Amino acid sequence: MDILIYLIPIALLMGIIGLCAFIWSMKNNQFEDLDGAASRILFDDEEERDNE
Amino acid sequence: MNKCLHCGLKTQEVYSNSEKASDTDSGDYFCCNGCKIAYNIINNFGLKSYYRTRELKSGEKILKPDENVQNVDMSAFSHKDKEGNFNLNLIVSGIHCASCIWLIESILNKQDGVLFARVNMTTRRLVIKWNGDIKNGDEFVGLINSLGYKLMPYDPEIIKEIDKKEEKRLLLSMAVAGFAAGNVMLVSVSIWSSDKIIMGMATRDFFHWFSALIAVPAIIFAGRPFFYSALSVLKSKNTNMDVPISVGVIIATIMSLYETVNHGEHIYFDSAIMLLFFLLIGRYLDIKAKGKARSTAHDLLYLMSGSVKINDNSIHRVIPLKDVKEGMEVIISAGEKIPVDGVVINGKSEIDTSLITGETIPREICEGDEIFTGNINISSPLTVRVKAHGENSLLAEIVKLMENAEQGRAKYVFLADKIAGYYTPVVHILGVAAFLMWWLLLGLDWQPSLMIAVTVLIITCPCALGLAVPVVQIVASGNLMKKGILLKSANALEKIEQVNHIIFDKTGTLTLGKPKLINIDNISEGDLRLAASLASKSKHPLSQAIMDIYNGKVDEYDDIIEFSGKGLQSSNCKLGKRNWVFEGEENINDSIEESNKNEYMEIWLKNSSNEYAQFIFQDDLRADSNEVIGSLQKQNYALTILSGDRENIVKNTAKKLNIDDYKYEMSPKDKYKYVERLKSEGKVVLFIGDGLNDAPSLAAANVSISPSTAMDISQNTADIVFQGEGLKSVEDIIFVAKSSLNLVKQNFMIACVYNLIAIPIAFSGFVTPMIAAIAMSGSSLVVIVNSLRLTR
Repeated sequence: MDILIYLIPIALLMGIIGLCAFIWSMKNNQFEDLDGAASRILFDDEEERDNE
Repeated sequence: MNKCLHCGLKTQEVYSNSEKASDTDSGDYFCCNGCKIAYNIINNFGLKSYYRTRELKSGEKILKPDENVQNVDMSAFSHKDKEGNFNLNLIVSGIHCASCIWLIESILNKQDGVLFARVNMTTRRLVIKWNGDIKNGDEFVGLINSLGYKLMPYDPEIIKEIDKKEEKRLLLSMAVAGFAAGNVMLVSVSIWSSDKIIMGMATRDFFHWFSALIAVPAIIFAGRPFFYSALSVLKSKNTNMDVPISVGVIIATIMSLYETVNHGEHIYFDSAIMLLFFLLIGRYLDIKAKGKARSTAHDLLYLMSGSVKINDNSIHRVIPLKDVKEGMEVIISAGEKIPVDGVVINGKSEIDTSLITGETIPREICEGDEIFTGNINISSPLTVRVKAHGENSLLAEIVKLMENAEQGRAKYVFLADKIAGYYTPVVHILGVAAFLMWWLLLGLDWQPSLMIAVTVLIITCPCALGLAVPVVQIVASGNLMKKGILLKSANALEKIEQVNHIIFDKTGTLTLGKPKLINIDNISEGDLRLAASLASKSKHPLSQAIMDIYNGKVDEYDDIIEFSGKGLQSSNCKLGKRNWVFEGEENINDSIEESNKNEYMEIWLKNSSNEYAQFIFQDDLRADSNEVIGSLQKQNYALTILSGDRENIVKNTAKKLNIDDYKYEMSPKDKYKYVERLKSEGKVVLFIGDGLNDAPSLAAANVSISPSTAMDISQNTADIVFQGEGLKSVEDIIFVAKSSLNLVKQNFMIACVYNLIAIPIAFSGFVTPMIAAIAMSGSSLVVIVNSLRLTR
């Protein structure tokens, strides 16, 4: 059972990293424009578009 | 028939374009100069693929660029930041798809000095950041304006950030609860799948302490929305679902802590934190929908910011709108939005009232007529004496009425909360009874007796009860979504089921909101061709209606002149208003019967051989209106039409649909009051409408539906938005509402049966956390599975 001493902190750490990432993205207004972000990824780069 | 390259409207016009677009084989067609300018701007910046990627939904109002866009002074709204760059915040209207934000951002980013330009598609707001001259901002705004988007500056400080903060707090609570739930479950599964002998006392205690370490702070943090809500409702001597949730969560936490400290066996941290997590998801989605409605209301108020031109003892000056006083004379040029409420003292024009009333046909006005904020002056300049502006204008009043109504709506007691009203005291009395029974009657020590009492409270924890409604709502909204119906307020279905009075707006709701030529059979082919040839040069809705129905070739006339408010003329052919076409020929005018003059819209054509033809238009009913109304009447709903239109037109529509109860010439406030009166008589009102004038009533009604062609503000106010040309959706909504309420009731039954079984077990002191977890998730699962039946 000694392995728990490593495993549990590791699991917890991973969870905390996820939580911190979430809080960071929230503070950075990543959740401000959910509709736009969904479409933005589909915009081509300008060069490609012009050459079509 | 060719389509305008920019706006897609049918047109015959060929505005010569020096830079010919290579991919159009039939030449470049534009309906107006404004469209041509916009097209050339886009083409010159190499962004033509916009036309390929944009999505134009049918029935959507297409942006029409103005021909003469003048730069407006934006310097008052441009702020200089610390690095010496300028920032300008704007509300953009006219965005219809993601390609629009791509277009706006790409064009701005190609301008000299622009550091940053970003459109938020959710809130429709644009931020531009640039260095250089503060005046450059005016050019950027002018450029986007000439593409057909309308920009409105706003001060980001003023827009209320309260909702945003609340939303963020919920999101954060949700994240913390999710994180804690995951980690606690990790440990809980190990505890359940083992026991004291296998894993050892020390390990189990370690697990318990570990759970406590994560769960307790998380519960305190993430539970606050529920605790506050429960406290405030208890203070007003009521109860809602948050009360049993809070009590259950708090008691489970305290008891688990007690067990942990005393090397006990049973901890319930997992149940408590999981429950919070699931409930927070629902609550977050709810606040998101409400916030959107409010932000469009604020956008509307910003319509009234800006500057106006006034006539000060025949000196023309431009002053900020906020300095306008009652009694001042404001000059409104053609094409301008009317910034004040007032009376026309000079000039004759037509105004587009579609923002306020939803009517598509421009209204003629002359001296002495009243006009309102938000209307658009179409044909010629007007001088207006100000009666009210800003906070007191009709537009502001509509927004105010709406906000009032929204607050009134919050008073509705939902089924789940009603049940909580009975449920909470029963459960808590049971807990006390269990304690007293074991302690006094059966002679147990007070600690184990208390433990049994607490288990009773936990196992009756309102999991299934709390899920009974939201799960059905999620399934029902998914079901409706497939039919093109967007369920915006989760609780709308519950309210629809109780509706007994349905009110319809006329224009745009029962009808399509577009005039249609109805006497085409009586018009000779030559006359129709002539009319279409004349009409092709005009943007008037009735001209467009002729073009919509005519598919043949048109002749080119070079000498077509449009007399605004009268009609079109080419040599001696005339198409337009009755008295204008018949000018100077009184005797003929008298002989034409006028019986249907008020029921229909009409224009007349005089052809080259001096013969006359009448064109009759009518705002056409939605194709299945009759059928749907009939079926609603069969289901014993009381039906009423409330319209801002004139008596004859409303009467005619009502007669066609076989509706006896109709009211005409209703102002937004009249409609609102009518709804309020019905409500005070105990009726449960469903309002279906689309215009801005319906927005207060949509908010005031118990529940409301709006077509997707409606004004933004109405769509955001309504609980439900439906797509498509038919009214059939209304029937679908009512059907789904009825069946989903049945499911909700069944779910409550399941939850009750579960409690009937679980409570005796808990009472007898046999419950371990394992049994509690299985029982609780078991009941929730049954509820979810039962709700899924709605998808079939």
